[in-house]
Amino acid sequence: MRNVDSGAITLAVKELFLESCIHPDPGLRPLLCGALVNETSGIARDILSQLVKNIELAGSRALPLCQDTGMAVVFLDIGQGVHIKGAWLADAVNEGVRQAYQEGFFRKSVLTALSRKNTGDNTPAVLHTQIIPGETIKISVAPKGFGSENMSRVFMLTPADGKQGVIEKVVETVRLAGGNPCPPVVLGVGVGGTFELAALNAKRALLRPLGEPSEDAQLAAMERELLERINALGIGPMGLGGNTTALAVHILEHPTHIAGLPVAVNVQCHCVRHAERTI
Amino acid sequence: MEHRITLPLSADFDMLQIKAGDKVLLSGTVFTARDAAHKKLVELLDAGRALPVDLRGAAVYYTGPTPAKPCEPIGSCGPTTSYRMDCYTPRLLDLGLAVMIGKGPRGKEAVDSMVRNGAIYLAATGGAGALFQACVTSCEVVAFGELGAEALMRLEVSDMPLICAVDARGASLYNKP
Repeated sequence: MRNVDSGAITLAVKELFLESCIHPDPGLRPLLCGALVNETSGIARDILSQLVKNIELAGSRALPLCQDTGMAVVFLDIGQGVHIKGAWLADAVNEGVRQAYQEGFFRKSVLTALSRKNTGDNTPAVLHTQIIPGETIKISVAPKGFGSENMSRVFMLTPADGKQGVIEKVVETVRLAGGNPCPPVVLGVGVGGTFELAALNAKRALLRPLGEPSEDAQLAAMERELLERINALGIGPMGLGGNTTALAVHILEHPTHIAGLPVAVNVQCHCVRHAERTI
Repeated sequence: MEHRITLPLSADFDMLQIKAGDKVLLSGTVFTARDAAHKKLVELLDAGRALPVDLRGAAVYYTGPTPAKPCEPIGSCGPTTSYRMDCYTPRLLDLGLAVMIGKGPRGKEAVDSMVRNGAIYLAATGGAGALFQACVTSCEVVAFGELGAEALMRLEVSDMPLICAVDARGASLYNKP
C-alpha cells in the first residue's frame, strides 16, 4: 500500500487547470493549420487563422484561451493500493480548483442551478472516480465550456437502429447544433453501457489526445466515416459555412443490454482543453 | 467588402451598406451584456424604469470576460452564444439598439425585429478570448456589478475583427450551409 497526501492531489489539480485553461491539447494547432490548407471558404480561413493566432496570444500572454473557463471536470483513476491521507478527496480536489481559478484570473461560472447564485470560486468540481489496479493516481482535468455542453445529447436507440443509427444520431446532433457550439468541434461519443455510462464515456472520450484514432480498428473506421459525413454538412467554423465543421470524433464503446443501444454525444468546442498527470 | 465603423453610430448612419458576409472592423464604445444582464434590463423596462445606458445607435457584445490581470483593462473576452438572448432582443432593438455582437445563429423573431429596426448582427469568433482581449483598451462596470462577469460593462474597443452574419435586410450567413 502507498500513502498519498491529499495536498499532492490539490496541487496537481491546481496546476493542471492553470495549464489547461491557457494551453490547449497540443494536437489542436496542427489540426487547425491542416484545416486552413483544405478550407475553401474565405471567411472560414479567416476564422481558422484567428483561432491559431488566439492559441499563440493566449500562450504568450498567459491569458485563458476562452473567457468561458468552464465547469471544472475532474477524473481520478485511483490505484487500489493507494491510501489517501489528509483531507476528504472531494475537498482536496475543490481546493485545487478554487486556487487555480483564483490565481489564474479565470472566470467563476458555477452557480446554484435553480436560484442562480454564484458559488464564487468555480466549485464544486464535477468529480468522477474509478478504482484501477496499482498504486498510482491518474488525475485528468477538463475545463468544460457550456456553449458546446448545451448542444450535447443522449439517445436510447434500439438494437434495430444499429451502427447506422448511431452514425445518424451523431451527425444529427452536429447538424442541429449548427454554429452554436463554436465549431470546428470535437465529438466525444459514448456507445453502449447504460443511460449514464454512455454520457460519462462520451466525456471521457474527449480526454483522448487530439488526433489519435481509437485503438479499435472498427471504431477508428467509424470515427473517420463520421468526420467525413460531418464535414460535408457545410456548417463550417462558427457556423458561417465551410468544410471544417469538426476536427475529430472520439468514440468509446462499452457492452450494453440485449434490449438497448445507448448513445451519448458530448460536443466539445475547438478549445480542446484537458491535462493529465499521474502521481 | 470591408467596413470600419465607430460606435455609437450617428443617427444618419446607413446600415444597409453593411451586408451579410462583409468584414467589419469595429472601434469605439461597446456595452457588454449576457443572459443575466439582459434579464435585468427587461425587468427594468417591465417596471417602467429607465435603463442605465442609452441604447440608441449602441452596440451590445454578448460576453462575460475573465477577471482582468494586474495592469490589464480586461481578461479574455470572446463572444458567448447569442440564441439565449433572442427572447430579450426585440425589446432592446425597439429602443434603438443598432448592433449586436455574438456567436451562432439568431432566432426568427430576433431577425424580424432587426429588419424592422434596421439593426445588424456581427459574428465574433467564439473561443478567441485572448484575441479579443487585445482589442479592448478600457473597461468599466456601468450597472449590475453584483453579477460579476455578467455585469453590464462599457468597453472601448479598437479594430475588433467581426463578420456581418445577419444584415439589416435579414440576409443571413447561417441560412446557406
